[in-house]
Amino acid sequence: MSKNAPLEGEFFMNGDNACAEGAISAGCRFFAGYPITPATEVAERMAERLPEVGGTFIQMEDEIASMAAILGGSWAGVRSMTSTSGPGFSLMMENIGLGAMTETPCVVVNVQRAGPSTGLPTLTAQGDMMQARWGSHGLYAIIALAPSSPQEMFDLAIKAFNLSERYRTPVFIMADESVGHMSEKVVIPSPEEIAVFPRRKPAVPPGKYKPFQPDADLVPPMASAGEGYNFHVTGLTHDEKGYPVMTAEAQHKLVKRLLDKIDLNKDEIIELEEDGIKGAEVVVCSYGISARVAKLAIKSAREEGVKVGLLRLITVWPFPDRRIRELAGKIKAFVVPELNAGQIALEVERCAGGAAQTILVPHMGGAVHEPRTILEAIRKAAR
Amino acid sequence: MNDSGNDLHGSVEALLREDRIPHIWCPGCGLGSVLHSFLTALIKSGIDTQKVAVVSGIGCTGRTAGYVKLDSFHTTHGRAIPFATGLKLANPELKVILFSGDGDLAAIGGNHLIHAARRNMDLTVICVNNFNYGMTGGQVAPTTPISGRTSTSPYGNFEFPFNLPYLVSAAGAVYVARWTSLDARRLEKAIMEALDKRGFSFVEAIAPCPTQYGRKNKQPTGLAQLDYYRTASVIKHGADPKDVGIDLNGPITVGKFVDIERPTFSDMRADTLQKAFAPKPKKEAAGAKAQ
Repeated sequence: MSKNAPLEGEFFMNGDNACAEGAISAGCRFFAGYPITPATEVAERMAERLPEVGGTFIQMEDEIASMAAILGGSWAGVRSMTSTSGPGFSLMMENIGLGAMTETPCVVVNVQRAGPSTGLPTLTAQGDMMQARWGSHGLYAIIALAPSSPQEMFDLAIKAFNLSERYRTPVFIMADESVGHMSEKVVIPSPEEIAVFPRRKPAVPPGKYKPFQPDADLVPPMASAGEGYNFHVTGLTHDEKGYPVMTAEAQHKLVKRLLDKIDLNKDEIIELEEDGIKGAEVVVCSYGISARVAKLAIKSAREEGVKVGLLRLITVWPFPDRRIRELAGKIKAFVVPELNAGQIALEVERCAGGAAQTILVPHMGGAVHEPRTILEAIRKAAR
Repeated sequence: MNDSGNDLHGSVEALLREDRIPHIWCPGCGLGSVLHSFLTALIKSGIDTQKVAVVSGIGCTGRTAGYVKLDSFHTTHGRAIPFATGLKLANPELKVILFSGDGDLAAIGGNHLIHAARRNMDLTVICVNNFNYGMTGGQVAPTTPISGRTSTSPYGNFEFPFNLPYLVSAAGAVYVARWTSLDARRLEKAIMEALDKRGFSFVEAIAPCPTQYGRKNKQPTGLAQLDYYRTASVIKHGADPKDVGIDLNGPITVGKFVDIERPTFSDMRADTLQKAFAPKPKKEAAGAKAQ
């Protein structure tokens, strides 16, 4: 293997390391982070690997600074990432809002652990799913992906960078401690096999460039600092030139576009894994490590003769409203196992709109579900 | 002004976003004057302005980023320094300049300030100190002198303030100077020196806030505050930063306090990586020696 290139081949590695390698394969060359269990290995891997591929790693003084630094890195024209867990994710929220408001491509990895507060630093949970959607103040849309394996930590890191550039938005990888620390085979394709979505650059000369004037798909092309465009970027509500405008009209125009550029492109963004949905009377809807545990319960239920399918959310935000609605009209119930007291289950219930029952299988975190608890919920749902 | 200041007038205007005028700053505010000193220094320094990025935080001073016709970033409160750190590290060719206020840099952003100085990050910080939070209505700041009146220290401030040159020099800044906005020429020269300095340079610009701080502390106009600067300023180049704290209506020590050489973050990083990636001596040679 070359010291100056992304890796290629088959490896045995944990999810955190796979995520770092995925980022490198996606062209990430700037990482700013702060140590936190169970995400530290992402930063450690980047500290070692980025200098090998000509990138820059910095350990900042806290997660607030880490998030600010990757926004700066992105505006310098370099693909940028940070990684953290719950307490750090909370600290990043204000600058995540700045990233959404200034339409700054970047990737934030949250290897979730049990909270609130310091909680169980070394043990798994999925308690930050709603925080990922709503954690920063005000109105914005976000993209969040949920990997279920080290391989997917790699694959979704690439997808996250591509989505962040495609839609000019921060993208979250909402992993969990189980997936982050699990070691499995990870296949890293050759660089030629990896599709990297390039940053959309302005097609007009500096005097004509408006940094927040969108193309037809609602996403504006993006200049970098130092290219001669002399642009202004602000977290204040702004017009297409990037200048602050303190009116309800400017607020509506800007914020509506920030929401629409994600919402109206849902079909292109959303990725789901479906198994045995056709003819199913029960659908288990889950994500991350919980979806993996659910597969065992589904196998047992099928052996008992229950017609049960799996809908695994690879994209969690934007939420696949339409698919849930479609299925709700055809099945008896959704079973939603997640390592929290019911977050994504609320979305499933909202979209099902009463057409199918939603049965939450909660777990407060610190361990994964016992498959039995999910199996019992499937049985109940099928009755 | 009757010399190069006038010659540069057109150049300074060319670096302002005139389509954003009128600005939000109050009559008598010192920010326009400090901005002029900065832009004049930038022009005189000969730095390629297409490679300059200006980063501000939040507050009256934070609005500066919106008035300069340069790549400019108006970020979140206190976070201008880490944002600028990311810009600089991702593109080392950029000249990254921070222009922000005392509350933004030293209170909410205080942690980033000391860590950037510690790392000797290649950034120039222009910190406009008006001793209070102007934009939100004149609240107590970590720079407000003892007994200073603000809307949240209505009986007089009883918190000890930061002496900013002392703070940043202790943390590792390689260039530290302080001038008042009245000393526009000396301020301009200090900013030029700071721009020319590799590593973390810091210029404190004391500036009037007559609407808030001045009015509550018996200097109700910009002119009254400038008159105080005129009578109270004491030039002391090379003064020990620990001795330059400012008391209410007391003397203001101005001058260049620190101008030292120290490897920057990028120097240290490049040096370390060069050593780490240098070809290793052959193993058998080492083995033979051990025998």
